[in-house]
Amino acid sequence: MRVSRGARYLAGAAVLMTAVAACGGGGGASGGGGKAAADAINVLGCEPENPLIPADANEVCGGKVLDSLFTGLVEYDPDRNGEPVNAVASAIESKDSKVWTIKLNQGWKFHDGTEVKAKNFVDAWNWSAHSKNGMQNGSWFADIEGFSDVFTEDPDGDGPQKAPEPKSSTMKGLKVIDDYTFEVTLSHPVSVFPVKLGYTTFSPLPDSFFKDPEAFKKKPIGNGPFKFVDRKNQQYIHEEKFAEYKGARAAKVNKLNWKIYQNEDSAYADLVSGKLDFMESIPPSALSGDKWKTDLGERAISGQQMVFQSVTFPMYNKKIWGNAEWRKAISMAIDRDTITDKIFNKGRLPIKGWVAPGVTGAKDGACGEFCTYNPEKAKQLLAEAKQKGFTPPAELKLFYNADRGGHKEWTEAVANSVTQTFGGEVKMVATPYPTFDEFRAAINDHKMEGIYRTGWQADYPHIENFLNPLYKTGASSNDGLYSNKKLDAKLKDADKEVDPAKSQALYQEAEAMLAEDMNAIPLWYYGLQAGHSPNVKNVKVTPFGELDVTSVELNKS
Amino acid sequence: MGRYTLRRLLQLIPVILGTTFLIHFLVWNLPGDPFAGRCGERPCNPAYIERMTELYNLNDPLIIQYGKYLLNLLQGNFGEDFRGVPVAETMAEVWPNTVKLAVVALSIEIIIGIGAGVLTGLKRGGFLDNLVMISTLFLMSLPVFVIGYLLQLTLGLQLGIIRPTVSPEMPWSELIVPGFVLASLQVAFTARLTRASIAENMRADYVRTAVAKGLPRRRVVGVHLLRNSLIPAVTFLGTEVGALMAGAIVTEGIFNINGVGQTIYRGIITHDATAVVPMVTVLVLVYLLATLLVDLLYAVLDPRIRYE
Repeated sequence: MRVSRGARYLAGAAVLMTAVAACGGGGGASGGGGKAAADAINVLGCEPENPLIPADANEVCGGKVLDSLFTGLVEYDPDRNGEPVNAVASAIESKDSKVWTIKLNQGWKFHDGTEVKAKNFVDAWNWSAHSKNGMQNGSWFADIEGFSDVFTEDPDGDGPQKAPEPKSSTMKGLKVIDDYTFEVTLSHPVSVFPVKLGYTTFSPLPDSFFKDPEAFKKKPIGNGPFKFVDRKNQQYIHEEKFAEYKGARAAKVNKLNWKIYQNEDSAYADLVSGKLDFMESIPPSALSGDKWKTDLGERAISGQQMVFQSVTFPMYNKKIWGNAEWRKAISMAIDRDTITDKIFNKGRLPIKGWVAPGVTGAKDGACGEFCTYNPEKAKQLLAEAKQKGFTPPAELKLFYNADRGGHKEWTEAVANSVTQTFGGEVKMVATPYPTFDEFRAAINDHKMEGIYRTGWQADYPHIENFLNPLYKTGASSNDGLYSNKKLDAKLKDADKEVDPAKSQALYQEAEAMLAEDMNAIPLWYYGLQAGHSPNVKNVKVTPFGELDVTSVELNKS
Repeated sequence: MGRYTLRRLLQLIPVILGTTFLIHFLVWNLPGDPFAGRCGERPCNPAYIERMTELYNLNDPLIIQYGKYLLNLLQGNFGEDFRGVPVAETMAEVWPNTVKLAVVALSIEIIIGIGAGVLTGLKRGGFLDNLVMISTLFLMSLPVFVIGYLLQLTLGLQLGIIRPTVSPEMPWSELIVPGFVLASLQVAFTARLTRASIAENMRADYVRTAVAKGLPRRRVVGVHLLRNSLIPAVTFLGTEVGALMAGAIVTEGIFNINGVGQTIYRGIITHDATAVVPMVTVLVLVYLLATLLVDLLYAVLDPRIRYE
């Protein structure tokens, strides 16, 4: 997943509502003065945490910049709720969801003038997956046959031994057929493979990249609607329209400036005064009392994001895990409506399933009554849980990280809600880890002595992305070590199913199965509060909660 | 004086070595794995962690880590931060901004602070004295962020006199308001220190002698009185130079200035020690040089002070 935007802002102390890893530096159109240079739009950006290489961007800051610089085989159409449509690809076909033949449109060019060919994809994927290159998203290629030949792991984790040299520099599942056709063989059927292909990591790379990756880091060359001009750390990233862009969604503005701010409140001040044209994260200070709606009027945009928040039970810790009745009792003791109202000003909305609405295949209500607040039923369930021989811990800890993301308020509210519901019979306490690093390290090492907050932001808008990585046995983000054979089988069936509609239905059935064990309690999904300046029109927000930089236009005045 | 200065400068070397070691040790040994939090809610790709660990020699024992770091440093190589941006580049971008802001703030402190102190110290109990005393009390009791957001809101958003945030080119004119915000507390202290010191020295023997000699008032105040009375203010301002640079986190944040304070803060929060170590080292240098300068200034201001 991409690290969610929320996760990188310190909330709480009004003083330091400073963007953490994200934001710094000021920026104005280089024209200076008040108004932006006539043909440029200024959009809120944040400092990428990694070099601008598609396979190294796993967070929104780098991700949104790269999305404007690159176009993949498919793209997520903001006009059709993020449904994937072919972009560089003219056809992606498979009979068995295992062997995929991908045909490319001819005439697509990189920003350096070279043509986008099949080998640009194959070389890029091989390079990105290779473990010596240490790309953050290297494991995205794990479905491709021969991945283990290019990706080796340290045999003793963090220990003194080093990972062995990979056997090969190419995956045998990737085959170039001709300049505009290549074939991908997966190690097992993956019906959503074409949907995944719109993710930044699957972007093509120009030949010049392989000659000199260092130069590329300084000046990325993509094939997207915008090309890179220059950047100043913590201040701005400037891009301009790529005139030879071949895709359906060419840019309408000539210049795109990502302005980076140290803190959201200053960005908001600039938005109100028209020096910033778009921001997708109105700060809490402006959300309270709906101040932003009075400030911005018609220029305020409300929407939703594909971000899902939950509380996870560690299955490896039997004292906490208990039985299904126990976990359902906790879930039914959480007053989601009041919490989202009072703490988030309705900026987050209660959810009754494990998939954020708005993604392909999402179906509300998978969780049924177990995700609604019902103190009576909760007490009843607790009694049943005890009857079946489970002794609840004297104190149930709900862990969160205190340094960023503003999780203190809601975890405390959840803890209070549970404690009050059970009249002290179960005492839930929100317990912080000082930093996100320590929090994640404890989760990854499976050492949680309580339940803990979890969140998920979709990488691509499909129900599969909310299930496979999180709840399948041994999946990369299944950090509670949840395992359910029936669920695994259902997910496998869905992966294999060639017909998209049938496959979605199978995923929905799998989602509904989660209600039986309730290993993760769904809480809410994120709303979107964005705003734009009077200088721009035709402002659309992508399913990822970001500005659609290709359709936005400047007001001529 | 020359030998004294040289001795003080030589003392810098062990101090620098000690501080870099301590800072290096502390920031790299913050609890938690520096890379555990860099991949959101999923564990990082092991290949990524391995690459980064190797890049920063984190598998070596601490002393060797530090030795390798120091060796690179001596060759002028500051390394790259976690984002792959050379630290030297960050330093070159960030330091001028901070110095510019500090210069503006320091000028405001000197002009307004010392000016107000002298005027009120000469004429205690008057209208101006009361005004300065009350307004400085007001400034001292307000936290910096209140003043910052207040000025940004009123001057920037409501009246539209200034840009709410400073543009990346950092023109001097846009730095006046942030400079004032940063200096506000120190202005108040400087004014009060100078006032007290002037008031006290007004009664000193040498001032009475100077007046009795029939010197013009301007000379009595400007040369005899002021020189001696500046020592407390200079001591204070000297130590504040460092604080202006490191302590501008809040002001830099509000006015969106890409400065040293923010960079260090970000580095610590994201566990990225690469920029923190050299930045803090330079800050330590600034502190040491500023105190040296203050000590030397004493001798200039007060002829009774001599260094051998």
